Amino acid sequence: MSKVNKSVPLEYSTEENDLKIFGFWVFLGAEIILFATLFSVYFSLVDRTGSGPIGKELFEMPPVLVETFALLTSSFLIGLGVHAMRIGRTKAMMVFYILTLLLGAVFLGVEVNEFLTYIHDGATIQTSAFLSILMTLLGTHGLHVTFGLLWGSSILMQVKKRGLNAKTANKAFIFSLYWHFLDVVWIFIFSFVYLKGVL
Amino acid sequence: MNMEELFAPMKEPMILGAAISIVVGAIAIVVGLTYFKKWGWLYKNWLTTVDHKKIGVMYILVALIMLFRGGIDALLMRAQTSVPENKLLNAEHYNEIFTTHGLVMILFMAMPFIIGLMNVVVPLQIGARDVAFPRLNALSFWLFAAGCGLLNVSFIIGGSPNAGWTSYFPLAGTEFNPGVGNNYYAWSLQIAGLGTLMTGINFIATIMKMRAPGMKLMKMPMFTWSALITNVIITFAFPVLTVALALMTLDRQFGTKFFAMQDGGMDMLWANLFWVWGHPEVYIVILPAFGIYSEIISTFSRKNLFGYKSMVMSMVVISLLSFMVWVHHFYTMGHGVMVNSIFSITTMLIAVPTGVKIFNWLLTMRHGKITFTTPMLWALAFIPIFTIGGVTGVMLAMSSADYQYHNTMFLVAHFHYVLIPGTVFGVLAGYHFWWPKIFGFRLNEKLGKSAFWTIVVGFNVAFFPLFILGLDGYARRMYTYSADTGYGPLSMVSFIGAIAMAVGFMLICYNIYYSFRHSPRDENGDPWDARSLEWATHSPVPEYNFAVVPKINQLDEFWYAKKEGRDITAGKYERIHMPNNSGAPMWMAGVMFLFSFFFVFSVWSLVIVFGVLTLGFMAYRSFEKDDGHYIEVAEIEATERRLRGEK
Repeated sequence: MSKVNKSVPLEYSTEENDLKIFGFWVFLGAEIILFATLFSVYFSLVDRTGSGPIGKELFEMPPVLVETFALLTSSFLIGLGVHAMRIGRTKAMMVFYILTLLLGAVFLGVEVNEFLTYIHDGATIQTSAFLSILMTLLGTHGLHVTFGLLWGSSILMQVKKRGLNAKTANKAFIFSLYWHFLDVVWIFIFSFVYLKGVL
Repeated sequence: MNMEELFAPMKEPMILGAAISIVVGAIAIVVGLTYFKKWGWLYKNWLTTVDHKKIGVMYILVALIMLFRGGIDALLMRAQTSVPENKLLNAEHYNEIFTTHGLVMILFMAMPFIIGLMNVVVPLQIGARDVAFPRLNALSFWLFAAGCGLLNVSFIIGGSPNAGWTSYFPLAGTEFNPGVGNNYYAWSLQIAGLGTLMTGINFIATIMKMRAPGMKLMKMPMFTWSALITNVIITFAFPVLTVALALMTLDRQFGTKFFAMQDGGMDMLWANLFWVWGHPEVYIVILPAFGIYSEIISTFSRKNLFGYKSMVMSMVVISLLSFMVWVHHFYTMGHGVMVNSIFSITTMLIAVPTGVKIFNWLLTMRHGKITFTTPMLWALAFIPIFTIGGVTGVMLAMSSADYQYHNTMFLVAHFHYVLIPGTVFGVLAGYHFWWPKIFGFRLNEKLGKSAFWTIVVGFNVAFFPLFILGLDGYARRMYTYSADTGYGPLSMVSFIGAIAMAVGFMLICYNIYYSFRHSPRDENGDPWDARSLEWATHSPVPEYNFAVVPKINQLDEFWYAKKEGRDITAGKYERIHMPNNSGAPMWMAGVMFLFSFFFVFSVWSLVIVFGVLTLGFMAYRSFEKDDGHYIEVAEIEATERRLRGEK
């Protein structure tokens, strides 16, 4: 192992760890551009509904609010998880992470149900340009959440098996950055897709 | 998929011939490797390597092969148009060839050549042991190779993309383009682009975090600066391409309506997305070349670079402007006067920082003791030829005048006058310059210079006539023309120039063979008497790069240390931590290649299988225990003694 720096949290403690966190921030920069592009396509196509429904006819707020609360709470919980990790409480950290992932699964379940409702109502990804980008934007975010569930579970398994060390702490911390990022994207989706759509 | 359709391209004799030669070549390589028992060596030393130098060499090797692939496309095009009413290629085949020529040359020749040089040089210039994420770097290379393979497979199996490298909708949509060609386009660029994005992140982390002690940002060599800025552009431009290609795939394979002509679709959206990535892409391939020229001109003028700070500033300004000019690629496609005027101004603005750089290079040479080596010749030829490309670029930037030039050979001449001296001369200069660092001997100067003259003269003979033809109204991408147009004679001149260029490139390849056999081996690691840190270590560079990481007090520390007789590599050896080799990147990229290949043909069962396998590789990497290994002091001492030529 390379030199361990005791004056910083465990997840930053080696040179390699520090590099990985920095690299992940750069990656998040690229992710911002990815979603920014999807949002600009959304704004370009939002009024181009063809013969399909417009957002106002489509959106139902109760499930969207459930999704929002699930995801925002999960982001808060993973923050607590990182805090627990920093004070060395492995078990508490794992509980917070598990709750985070469970809420992520709730979010995903509601989102899948929402998609099925749209399709049931005859609004598919092929109906109009607006629906194409709506489902692509939501779907890209949803795929990120799905990937997060797989990734987060594999990190939890490693923490359970190997305990908290410079490597697992680093992974868990980076995962928390990813999860917060998905939350931020959702806030934009909630505000600019749903709220703007129903207003 | 049905077999008939799959192998339809083979009905064309020329493609059948190419396919057979590829198969024969592959068999020859396999037989050769087996006969000389080199499989183990190849796998252990190259295919599984995470060493940035070897990855760089593999990038450059693929780039050279693709230079020939793209070059053959170019020769076929010039041959087809050399005389009026030529029947060498039919319209369909010609469309495929100009499409793949553009894709191959930009994405699979220029990009990997530049990324290859960055891989070899940047960690050495900043005194690092490797890049920040060596395993990710290997994955970047293999994903690029998979994308490259996919595009090259397309012309044998299923048909090549044929809607131009820009693939504008609705032409690229399923209505006008029902085959699989453009699915290949989307997927080969997609996976190669993912690799490039990873490179971008990797090099930003490397340059920001891994510089030798004392090397402040403003003490970095200019090539490293250009690499940093380029990788920032990569990181912010490539996600746009990722989205654009994903939307293309959705439109073509899942019937969405993004770029459709009905149900609210917007075909111009594609042109915008493509060029929001595409214009920065031009600077991605040109800024590192500017960095290479800066190193070479300063080295062979025996002077420090004139205007270091303004060089950095101008690159930063160019990188910002590169995101604000994309509309100039389609002035004629129906936006208002206001939009066109704004983009005209931003486009012309780019000439200002570029002009600053040109003057800086000229002033670096002023009063310098210039030695005319091969790399320096390439740099010298670049300045006037690139200026012609730049000036015609300002002509094209004026949107009202552009209505006259748009989609003519004038435009084709312009961008070749920018990209060939800018990028191709640049990477060739860098290739000759850094070759001894990689292999420990210089390429033969005489052969290098003959190749230089053949290519430079051939280039001007090939492309200058196109300016005139363009002003005469010769539209690009036409597979033939009638004799009445009068385009015949100059087109023939252009074809002759193209042949000369081909001869020049063959000379460059022959030079590799010749120099391997005859060049004297370099003893001290600094054959050019150069300035930056990569020359402070041995050639060829040991696995760990520097036995002792040097301390940096100023720009060109190595140069001043040489003058003052200091040895900046002296010091006490400590054991060095190095990453382990791994086959996973190659196998994972192989799986992603198959995933994309079956996606192209919509074979969903296999898409799912290989998709799950890809996730499996990620899980494997996550659970894998990999702490790297140490090179012990005794081994470092032995290596250093051997490289110094002691017994």
